Amino acid sequence: MSESKKFLYVNRKAPYGTVYALESLEVVLIGAAFEQDVQLLFVDDGVFQIVKGQDTKGIEMKNFSPTYSALGDYEVTKMYVSKESLEERGLTVDDLMPLTYEDEDDDWAEKDSIILVNKDEIAALMEEQDVVLSF
Amino acid sequence: MATMTVNGRELEVDEEGYLIDLSQWDKEVGEELAKSENVEMTESHWEVIDFLREYYDEYQIAPAVRVLTKAIGKKLGKEKGNSKYLYELFPYGPAKQACKIAGLPKPTGCI
Repeated sequence: MSESKKFLYVNRKAPYGTVYALESLEVVLIGAAFEQDVQLLFVDDGVFQIVKGQDTKGIEMKNFSPTYSALGDYEVTKMYVSKESLEERGLTVDDLMPLTYEDEDDDWAEKDSIILVNKDEIAALMEEQDVVLSF
Repeated sequence: MATMTVNGRELEVDEEGYLIDLSQWDKEVGEELAKSENVEMTESHWEVIDFLREYYDEYQIAPAVRVLTKAIGKKLGKEKGNSKYLYELFPYGPAKQACKIAGLPKPTGCI
């Protein structure tokens, strides 16, 4: 009956220290469970959310970063990452967790979910969404 | 805080009976949680429970039903990767009931 909408979740904050990243992830999982078209964008300090090798022992918080690897199972297959934000922080795509999904239409081939985008591409991306939520 | 007793051990559970500290879980605790759900555990039940615990270990979440069904089909075979099979094992919802027995938190997005 109702068509699925295009959702873009914009993640701008570092993973720990505030609750934004975890809350965003929970909402993403709920949206995806209801079979909406869900995409993620990581900009500013938000790129730290998907940096690999996170260890939260020292701050006694749950390390929820492994959950991003489950998003492929939820058919969240597009995770956009700001090129500029990575560069400003001295990071490259190799510092990020390898996030992938299995393409049902291509014999379950494993494909990359991470897509690097620049400022102009981000503007265009936001333009085509039904809903943009910023965390 | 509510508690449940397993072999003299007092374990904390939330208001819906989900285990608070998943590291306290073992098969005995699973049996006790299953009793509270009126589920009689068989090999097929444990297969799903083991799968859920492995999934949680790897991804730190309990999967939604849709995701669980697909993943079970991939791991345990197509004849098990459908909601009919899983609902026969866990009549009140595979994600909700099986996660409870597995000692995991209630799945995100599960109402």
